[in-house]
Amino acid sequence: MAYLYNTPQQQREMLQTIGVDSIDELFDQIPAGLRLGRPLDLPPALTEIELESHLRELGAKNGSPLQRVCFLGGGSYDHFIPAAVDAIASRSEFYTAYTPYQAEASQGTLQAFFEYQSLICQLTGMDVSNASLYEGGTAVSEAVFMAMRATDRHGKVVLLGSVHPEYREVCETYLRQINCELVVVPTPEGVADVAAVRKAVDDQTACLVIQQPNFFGCLEQTQELVAAAHAVGALAVVSFDPISLGLLSRPGEYGADIAVAEGQSLGTPMQYGGPYLGILTCRQEFVRKMPGRLIGETVDRAGRRCYVLNLQAREQHIRREKATSNICTNQGLMALRATVYLSLLGPAGLREAAELCTRKAHYAADRLTSVSGIELAFRAPFFKEFTLRCRHGADRVVAQAGAAGFDLGPGLARFRRAGLDAANEYLVVAVTEKRTRAEIDALVAALR
Amino acid sequence: MRNTLATQLIFDLSQPGRRGAVYPSSDVPDRPLDDLIPASRRAASAPALPELTEPEVIRHFVNLSTKNMSVDTHFYPLGSCTMKYNPKRHERLAGLQGIVDLHPYQSVEHSQGMLEILYTMQQMLAEIAGLPAVSLQPAAGAQGEFTALLTASAYFRDLGETRTRVLFPNSAHGTNPASAALAGFECVQLKSTAQGFIDLDELRAALDHRTAVFMVTNPNTLGMFERDIPQVAKMVHDAGGLVYIDGANMNAICGVTRPGDFGGDMMHYNVHKTFTGPHGAGGPGSGPIAVRDFLGDYLPGPIVVRNELPADGAKGAPVKFRYDLMMPSKSIGRVRSFFGNVGILVRGYCYLRTLGAAGVRGMSENAVLNANYLLAKLKDVLPVPQGDRCMHEFVASAKPIKDERGISAMDIAKRLLDYGFHAPTVYFPLVVPEAIMIEPTETESRETLDAFADAIRKILAEDPAYLHEAPHQTPVSRPDEVRAARTPVLKWEKAT
Repeated sequence: MAYLYNTPQQQREMLQTIGVDSIDELFDQIPAGLRLGRPLDLPPALTEIELESHLRELGAKNGSPLQRVCFLGGGSYDHFIPAAVDAIASRSEFYTAYTPYQAEASQGTLQAFFEYQSLICQLTGMDVSNASLYEGGTAVSEAVFMAMRATDRHGKVVLLGSVHPEYREVCETYLRQINCELVVVPTPEGVADVAAVRKAVDDQTACLVIQQPNFFGCLEQTQELVAAAHAVGALAVVSFDPISLGLLSRPGEYGADIAVAEGQSLGTPMQYGGPYLGILTCRQEFVRKMPGRLIGETVDRAGRRCYVLNLQAREQHIRREKATSNICTNQGLMALRATVYLSLLGPAGLREAAELCTRKAHYAADRLTSVSGIELAFRAPFFKEFTLRCRHGADRVVAQAGAAGFDLGPGLARFRRAGLDAANEYLVVAVTEKRTRAEIDALVAALR
Repeated sequence: MRNTLATQLIFDLSQPGRRGAVYPSSDVPDRPLDDLIPASRRAASAPALPELTEPEVIRHFVNLSTKNMSVDTHFYPLGSCTMKYNPKRHERLAGLQGIVDLHPYQSVEHSQGMLEILYTMQQMLAEIAGLPAVSLQPAAGAQGEFTALLTASAYFRDLGETRTRVLFPNSAHGTNPASAALAGFECVQLKSTAQGFIDLDELRAALDHRTAVFMVTNPNTLGMFERDIPQVAKMVHDAGGLVYIDGANMNAICGVTRPGDFGGDMMHYNVHKTFTGPHGAGGPGSGPIAVRDFLGDYLPGPIVVRNELPADGAKGAPVKFRYDLMMPSKSIGRVRSFFGNVGILVRGYCYLRTLGAAGVRGMSENAVLNANYLLAKLKDVLPVPQGDRCMHEFVASAKPIKDERGISAMDIAKRLLDYGFHAPTVYFPLVVPEAIMIEPTETESRETLDAFADAIRKILAEDPAYLHEAPHQTPVSRPDEVRAARTPVLKWEKAT
């Protein structure tokens, strides 16, 4: 039997030490009537050799970017991951450890997360970062709850229509139970109309939720939007793309109060949607309202610099129903990946990656819109992602590209919450630093 | 061998001009950046990240890693966390092309292999739970709890019932009340009996038309099976409420008994624990939920469904299936973006496929055997209030030792680190004073358990003053947590 150490002989001796005759007897606490009187109905056990060929077979039924070219976006991206990231994340001492409850036995993890928090602050220009949340969508909801606590306004939240529709759905799910009104400001032009946002927020609004670059790839007027929130005493919550900060203004510079992100781009593979990395940062004054783990620096008994889980009085295992969140795990391994990724890239590497995304995305947009029936949906400036309007239907374009080995999307028809008329004509395209001119040209040729 | 010189922060190692990643130059026609993104939207300079070479980055983080204890290097009997061995094949298989690099919006046609894995995972988790409807969405156990409570809430709303309260015993994990509060419920905590079981009188008195859900961990946090669970479930059901089983301790009962068979209506799994995710220094987790069929329509989605394809004519040809994503008809909606923590689910799938039915039962049997063996080896030196039998874990109390000799649960935990063992969970559950919660798991040998028991015996014979200052062998000892909380230093800052 796999992964068990004790031999039948040892098992007998152990039972003797315990003072019972059989393993069955150990389960006496479970009333006989509740026992499952049959074997579980599970598929047959496989050896490692069999399991590997089974998984290879299943993997081959999927479309890997190795065989297909990935222009898919919408919150998960095919960015390059340096081998050094995998090397560190596969260190046993990191991936088979748990939450650093015992600081003395976990300084590796604790220091790495302290460095993560510091790097994320450098990246965003924000004052404080926690040690990570589940992923980008729940990070938005956690930020909204945090804004409610910080403003003591619990009845109204305003969110732009250009926020990722799945993030918005998560927010709706989270807010439904507590009678909080979620007002969505439509963005038919691809970006928010600042005047409309000013009208939508009021002195009951806990926060305004902005995404930059937004779901359509467009750049919002963040400075003006943040000002509109602040004018009514609401907090500005910004969901950003970490790679874009190699080039774009940082949330800390334009006045965000809470900045969150999907951190998958920072060295975590796409793996069909998770596990990813929820980044959450804020201004100093809100630190005790934060959800999730925080690592702090201190000294030990001998005065040595070291790191501990800090401000745990906010957390569920101490505060129970009064905790700032129910979250009990962070995304340790993904936070570690981001830490190594940012350490490798440094300012120059991140800047290069961001610039390559921008240049290639603009080239791709130019070329794709040269195809008849395809145009840019919006006029606003964009970063690595843009939305196409396909007059003959987005599905047709996706199918045509797909047949030639190129994956585009997501098409907006899949989202109930995309908020556009004729959603079936719209299509998001993402271009990372990995894409080449040859691939873009071949895609365009396939669509002609 | 540990490099004891490596104590610097990554920021201390930075030198202007160094770099660890180089990108190819642009292969598209050059255009001024100002034409692409207006200067007003751009930052004046790149973020002030540290500048390092790849070898420096590797040496830094490899050295950091040696300051950790982990399952691969040490016995890690952290109660309630199920720190079992993480099979290496999972890492290779979850990293295969077509699995690790699959985009979440990849078309259904080009995700059939992945959807088959996830569909089979749904089926296997339903079978082990005895609850037929499964959603793989939740990112961790705590999110599973929250998700199930929202599911219950939607169900009651549909019935036209207003139920506002969630009940749980005082031995519950902190996530139970925190999840209930987040889901908008009023929390009602019930006293347990002196032995740590659900107090039926307390429960009876608390149940009424306001009761939505009774949350219970079974086996409970003391590592004991709640014998009265059928009666508990009947009482809750008679009051019109639902029973939620916190699956934190599933490692004790897989293939032996099922939450659906002992009265549970909903439950969550911790795939990273029971099905060896792994733990990743604090996450990622994965917290699928399983529910009764009448709750299935309310589950968050998407979930995977399987349809039989029309036979292609040849007699005796194997049946072919097509897998699809579906949103349940009355779904509470999404609780996260994309499908779920798929990378962890794939590892759980590999584990269940390796073990099969007999192996899954064997896993629980040996987890329970190991825990009872360790209990038998320790009970004469370390008082265990719950008696001489347990399921997959047990909770000792250092209270008598502390009263007599001043040695606390924390002292024992810290000193264990010097002996080369990770500490058990201490000071939880809250119902046991000076609690020491020990969960050995099935993947430890008797030799390891014997060595651990010996270490505890030796520690208890040591000078209490020496123990108060333990650990003595670790890179640091007894960090000043009060100082950390009073003046929080939460990031590195450049010396000015």
